[in-house]
Amino acid sequence: MAKYLLKRIFYLLLTLFIVITVTFFLMKLLPGTPLQNQQKLSPAQQHLILKQYGLTKPVWQQYLIYVGGVFQGNFGTSFQFSDQPVSYLISSRIGPSLLLGIQAMILGVIPGILVGALGAIKKNTWVDTTTTIVSILGISIPSFVLAVLLQYFVGLKLHLLPIADWGGFAYTVLPTIALAASPFADTARFTRTEMVDVLNSDYIELATAKGLSKWGVIYHHALRNSLIPVVTIIGPLAVNIMTGSMVIENIFSIPGIGEQFVKSILTNDYPTIMAVTIVYSVMLMVVLLITDIVYGIIDPRIRISGKSN
Amino acid sequence: MQSNETILAVNHLKINFNTYAGKVKAIRDVSFDLKKGETLAIVGESGSGKTVTTRSIMGMLANNAVVDGGNIQFHDKDVLKMSERELENLRGAQIAQIFQDPMTSLDPTMRIGRQIAEPLMIHKGVKKEKAMAQALEMMKLVGITDAENRINDYPHQFSGGMRQRIVIAIALINYPEILIADEPTTALDVTIQAQILNLMRELQDKISTSIIFITHDLGVVAGMADRVAVMYAGKIVEYGTVDEIFYNPKHPYTWGLLSSMPTLDTNSAELASIPGTPPDLLDPPKGDAFAPRNPYALKIDTEQEPPFFKVSDTHYAATWLLHPDAPKVTPPDQIIKRQEKFAEMQKAALAKAQHHQIEEEEEQQ
Repeated sequence: MAKYLLKRIFYLLLTLFIVITVTFFLMKLLPGTPLQNQQKLSPAQQHLILKQYGLTKPVWQQYLIYVGGVFQGNFGTSFQFSDQPVSYLISSRIGPSLLLGIQAMILGVIPGILVGALGAIKKNTWVDTTTTIVSILGISIPSFVLAVLLQYFVGLKLHLLPIADWGGFAYTVLPTIALAASPFADTARFTRTEMVDVLNSDYIELATAKGLSKWGVIYHHALRNSLIPVVTIIGPLAVNIMTGSMVIENIFSIPGIGEQFVKSILTNDYPTIMAVTIVYSVMLMVVLLITDIVYGIIDPRIRISGKSN
Repeated sequence: MQSNETILAVNHLKINFNTYAGKVKAIRDVSFDLKKGETLAIVGESGSGKTVTTRSIMGMLANNAVVDGGNIQFHDKDVLKMSERELENLRGAQIAQIFQDPMTSLDPTMRIGRQIAEPLMIHKGVKKEKAMAQALEMMKLVGITDAENRINDYPHQFSGGMRQRIVIAIALINYPEILIADEPTTALDVTIQAQILNLMRELQDKISTSIIFITHDLGVVAGMADRVAVMYAGKIVEYGTVDEIFYNPKHPYTWGLLSSMPTLDTNSAELASIPGTPPDLLDPPKGDAFAPRNPYALKIDTEQEPPFFKVSDTHYAATWLLHPDAPKVTPPDQIIKRQEKFAEMQKAALAKAQHHQIEEEEEQQ
């Protein structure tokens, strides 16, 4: 297991390095400069500032300097916010994003599994139809549309929850729901399909023939086996939530890194773009690593340390 | 081990399936009984209703199945009228089942010891540790080598034959009165088949259970069964002791089945087969369902269903050929050979009985 983990972490670092390289050069292809909104400056002044940030050097030199910095934990300073180190910028903003992401993941996946399982168990009844309609709605309504609808009805009309801004749990509810809708729907649909398959399998028949009750069969045999494939979609769901957060954080004016990311792209704030990309990549790769480990725990057939015969 | 005590009686069972296409009449008036300690084989083609019959005994019919009549008597109770709760208490305790494909009938994510112990824990409320100890005993009994070290393994760590032994262990752990074996060797290769069949015979002696053995393979039946029921298109067409069915078959369908089984004295180059396909049970034909495929069919076969004609006290066949007015037909060569052998067997049995009688008389004197 330790060997496997080390190997995975090595690959993780390698992937991260490739992500940094690709993003760096792609970013350089972005039109404009960080000073494009500062038309009042004369060309000479602009050149002076660019030189101060090292942006007049050849791109490959800038790349080497940047990578060298990253290895020492130095992500540069933001162009946008006067001389704030990017690492500070991100660490002060990652809290709300992580909180929203984790809440959305929990709110999406756990009810998704329950609703999906229920749909499969009550297959071809009104329960199944209702859960299917709900999950189709969840998949087909984009998160930003749902966000605006929630703001309008729950916030503006019913005055139940704040429409936007950040400060306490009440402010997280609407953005979490908006973010969780699509993962919830995906999980529910996926779980239903898997559960229907598993409930038709021979070992469920054998479990019934053992004399287990319907719910005993589901609890002891069906649930675990239908959750194995569901674990694999947690990675893609995390991506879903991360990209969704960029839009949602903007709609709800949440001071998170998603909102920061959009701002930094609009202003060509190179160090911030790079740093946020790295943060997103690391989060995603850690989620994938965790799902692979969890997968091994719940499915004995792919356990790594196993003595194989 | 055999006795005359009937422990299960299926009477005039009729089961339909509601499908989009209409009502499929899967079981059309099936009756048989099972004696304590005996092995009853139910033989027939796929779709003849063998599996549906056993599923109804377990109370495990699909949701679209409708019982159209009849009853299944088990210890003075009708299985078909039992509540879900009663059925749960029945399954795995008094009636257990072995399934066709051992590769898919074990839960892939549960340790096998736990899977074997589960019926004990459900039905007898045995605590986990004690149940696991009994599971270990059962594993040894069904011939799993190195059972102590393998009790915590998962199904994928076992071969097909070993997995079927595990399935048997699960079925037998509560010493059921009836074991239903639904094509238990079909998915296994031939050498393993023989091992599993031997194991089942051994265990039947040890725990004195009755077996309903479902198969389409007559070769397997010969060594396993005490009695045989031949099913065709949702009906039993002939039943009798294993010798009567093998050596003195009366129904043309049984003739066809036996002729299409290779034997050591088969010398023709081509194996016989039954022409045509089984009828569509959405709309079963009038009269004898086998008539369209039956080279010996009479006119009456297409008009009226044949009743059971008695051949001996234990042997009945549903074919108009047994009617006193029916024309005499010559069965296929192979069947004639079998019947000759049967005559010899009966003569030998008779001679032995007479000899026995004479001896007894001598002793009395």
